[in-house]
Amino acid sequence: MAAAVTPGVTERYFTRWYKPDVKGNLCEDHCILQHSNRICVITLAEAHPLLQNGKTIKSINYQISANCSRLQNKVSGKSKRGAQFLTELAPLCRISCSDGEEYTIYSCIRGRLMEVNENILDNPAILQEKPSTEGYIAVVLPKFEESKTITQGLLTPKEYEEVLLKRFNSTS
Amino acid sequence: MFALTEKNRSIAQLLLNTGTCPRCVFRFCCVGLEASYRHPYKDLLRELHEFLEYNKEKEDRFCCEIADPPCKRIRLENMGEGAEDLNQNGALQQTPVADDVNVAMANSTLKVCNVCLGILQEFCETDFVKKVCQKVNSAEYQFTSFVFSVSLPPQLSVREHAAWLLVKEEMGKQGLSLAKEDIVQLKETYKWIIHPLFSEELGVPADGKSLFEVSVVFAHPETDEDCHFLARVCPDCFKPAKNKQSVFTRMAIIKALDKIKEEDFREHFPCPPSSPKNICAALEIQCTNGAIFVAGRYNKYSRNLPQTPWIIDGERKLESSVEELISEHLMTAFKADSFNFSSSGREDVDVRTLGSGRPFAIELVNPHRIHFTAMEMKELQQKINNSSDKIKVRDLQLVTREAIGHMKEGEEEKTKTYSALIWTDKAIQKEDIALLDDMKELKIDQKTPLRVLHRRPLAVRSRVIHTMKSEYIDDHHFRLHLKTQAGTYIKEFVHGDFGRTKPNIGFLLKRTADILELDVESVDVDWPPTLND
Ligand SMILES: [Zn+2]
Repeated sequence: MAAAVTPGVTERYFTRWYKPDVKGNLCEDHCILQHSNRICVITLAEAHPLLQNGKTIKSINYQISANCSRLQNKVSGKSKRGAQFLTELAPLCRISCSDGEEYTIYSCIRGRLMEVNENILDNPAILQEKPSTEGYIAVVLPKFEESKTITQGLLTPKEYEEVLLKRFNSTS
Repeated sequence: MFALTEKNRSIAQLLLNTGTCPRCVFRFCCVGLEASYRHPYKDLLRELHEFLEYNKEKEDRFCCEIADPPCKRIRLENMGEGAEDLNQNGALQQTPVADDVNVAMANSTLKVCNVCLGILQEFCETDFVKKVCQKVNSAEYQFTSFVFSVSLPPQLSVREHAAWLLVKEEMGKQGLSLAKEDIVQLKETYKWIIHPLFSEELGVPADGKSLFEVSVVFAHPETDEDCHFLARVCPDCFKPAKNKQSVFTRMAIIKALDKIKEEDFREHFPCPPSSPKNICAALEIQCTNGAIFVAGRYNKYSRNLPQTPWIIDGERKLESSVEELISEHLMTAFKADSFNFSSSGREDVDVRTLGSGRPFAIELVNPHRIHFTAMEMKELQQKINNSSDKIKVRDLQLVTREAIGHMKEGEEEKTKTYSALIWTDKAIQKEDIALLDDMKELKIDQKTPLRVLHRRPLAVRSRVIHTMKSEYIDDHHFRLHLKTQAGTYIKEFVHGDFGRTKPNIGFLLKRTADILELDVESVDVDWPPTLND
């Protein structure tokens, strides 16, 4: 089912937070990795439909509306001036599959966009091979004073496991 | 000897009558001879009264004062004892006149000068000098010279301006003029008088370039409101500044005085300035010694020791740091107030620094002790090394502020060598990692690592891995020796930082790699000079 958990860097420095069924879309779970320095990396959770067997990604699009592209985000200086501000439900990108399905990935946390992962544009396969490292979606910097509160509505790995278990039981 | 000449008479008379001290009279008469101001105050006052109140007919004599100094001194010293001595001298012929002088003197001796507010009076006396020097000596500083700095109440400029207008007017009557900058400055005069006195008391010369500063701050609350009218007349000169307590700074007042029309000034401020009741107060007497710089190299043997105190949300994460382990001993030895630590780069808390160590420099602020022999520095180094096994210091020495630049010079171009213990997810054979040894001058692109992105700008930096040498340990572990350009983030080069450092060891070996341990083997900066032990 889910990809093997890689030990090491991610586990040493980051705390995992989960948001299941984002925007009410069943199984579209996101995983937020928060570094001890408050930086957040937005990734797909293991159960996300995009990571299931047989899915082929056709394209990834960071142009989320006619006049807003996440690729145009530029930050400068220590204070990261010019960053796009994201709310929990701000879309980061749309991913379309060869089966005709399209999925929108959301920020899930409030903060300023530092960068999106451009590597997955050329090589969408790494999104599926290494979703919680090289296949990340974006990096977001929450406000200093919100660094503790932004994860309040999210699930811990343990809570998320229970969600997965319930989901499994109800479908079988 | 006496500094004034006949042409100064009317000005001197006017100022003296309006409550100005003899030294300020000299200043407004543009007396430039330093020695003239150094005479004891009482002598100056006596001489001035003499000059003004009798011998008016002997104008010539005053014009060639300097011809006869010792004789005059004796005459004055004897003056109080009896009129017959004065007669012997031949200079004074009528005893009643001498009595007049004494009466006039008694009236003005205690009077606080309306221009300097006592700065050129009591604050030039040995009692004050002794008081300051006592404070200096009790602080037990080492110094070989001193520089004296004085901060005067800003309203002195207003009073000076008023006195100048008065004198200018009087001189105008005689068809003469007086430029403000021709008046001998109060501060300058004060230093002429006070420097030799301090010098004698402290036993070292005054030197404008001295690193040891004795500073005195004077205040005069009684006349603080003197300058307030300026803010009403010239409001644009007094803009509130964030870091200033009062808008009435010396600069603002000088600017306003420069701008204000004479009639406006006279309308708001008396010319001559009124006589105050009290002299200034010496608010603060402070000593500061110029910073001393100590440099050396350190080794760090602990993976639990940050270079500088590690504090998050005001809470200390680890009890010590490299900078503290070194500085606490230096602070004690140099009896300094505080310190500033700098180094050629830095290592993470879990990274050791081996080999000949990392160059560092410490600025010791306001040190009381400054003289250390090479032997004493060596003992100090030994003391640091004996007190902790987490660090070791070598090449500890005194350096100049300028030399510290060498430590930061070309930091980018310098190379560093590291040793890393690496883990891989898939099993490795010796052959799998040997390919790293063949890579020379490998160019990598590093995005600012996520672990420092919260406090550094986001950028992609190009770095060069000069050489790599692998050492196989087991199926999942090997040691890698790297020689890299300074500024390379080694940990990220190994694990890739979410693919944000490209290429990385994981990518090169086509597997997931992680770094378990990192040591800095050498920092190739040839400063400070190596010392022979
Ligand atoms: Zn005076």
